[in-house]
Amino acid sequence: MKPGDSIPELRVTPDKYLPHRYAGASGDFNPIHIDPDFAKAVGLPSNILHGLYGMAQVARACTQAAGGDPRKLRRLSVQFRGMGFPEQEITVTGTVREEAGDGVVVEPVAEQGGNQIIRNAEAELSL
Amino acid sequence: MESSVIGKSWPAAIYAVGREKIREYAYAVGEEDPVHHEDEAARAAGFRAVVAPPMFCVVYSARAMAPAIFDPEVGINLALMVHGSQEFTWGEPVCAGDEITTVATLADMSEKDGKKFFVFESVSTNQDGAETVRGTWTNIVRGG
Repeated sequence: MKPGDSIPELRVTPDKYLPHRYAGASGDFNPIHIDPDFAKAVGLPSNILHGLYGMAQVARACTQAAGGDPRKLRRLSVQFRGMGFPEQEITVTGTVREEAGDGVVVEPVAEQGGNQIIRNAEAELSL
Repeated sequence: MESSVIGKSWPAAIYAVGREKIREYAYAVGEEDPVHHEDEAARAAGFRAVVAPPMFCVVYSARAMAPAIFDPEVGINLALMVHGSQEFTWGEPVCAGDEITTVATLADMSEKDGKKFFVFESVSTNQDGAETVRGTWTNIVRGG
């Protein structure tokens, strides 16, 4: 990987019950993620994905780009912006910005339906 | 906002990392590599046992973060809080059987355009004292 290169795109469609599985796995049972009625009552269109689930997809795309070894992901910073929803495809893309130490810095983005749900992100990968 | 609370740390939280919890997390986020599911594959790749995906750090850090975010002295209005940004810097990998100790600190509080920003830092170390992850958690409270 060299500056300007794209990382392989990751596409994933979280199913209807993914937020419930992620809630169980992470311990975050905030009802805005798992209860569509509650979410609508507080003004959301539907229950929304956990932001850290989206960040985990960005981490997965970056680790895969570095060959799959989890030790290759050294640092990841993200901003959570638009809301993500179940049953819609998420696409993670990224571009290598620069070389750094024994690796590279990648700028990844997670998008769903034309809406960036994770942006201004930076990942440091060792290669 | 009471700035004297900046720098406050909360008691260390200890998390015992279980193999099935790593598998459950890996399954939920779509991490299919056998190093996250089978000890044999993990050992062949040089790990002590099943290794956690990097973002599993949110699972073992959460126990330390909750008392910080709920602390009335910090004064976050949880109903109006959103997770604004997040950074993790990883160190030693975390494997099944590890015991991770996490300490959370309120690093900064500020106010801008009617929004309050709360920045927490977490440092996690394993049973050998090696740092596994360092997190910066920024929570934003709107209009509260």
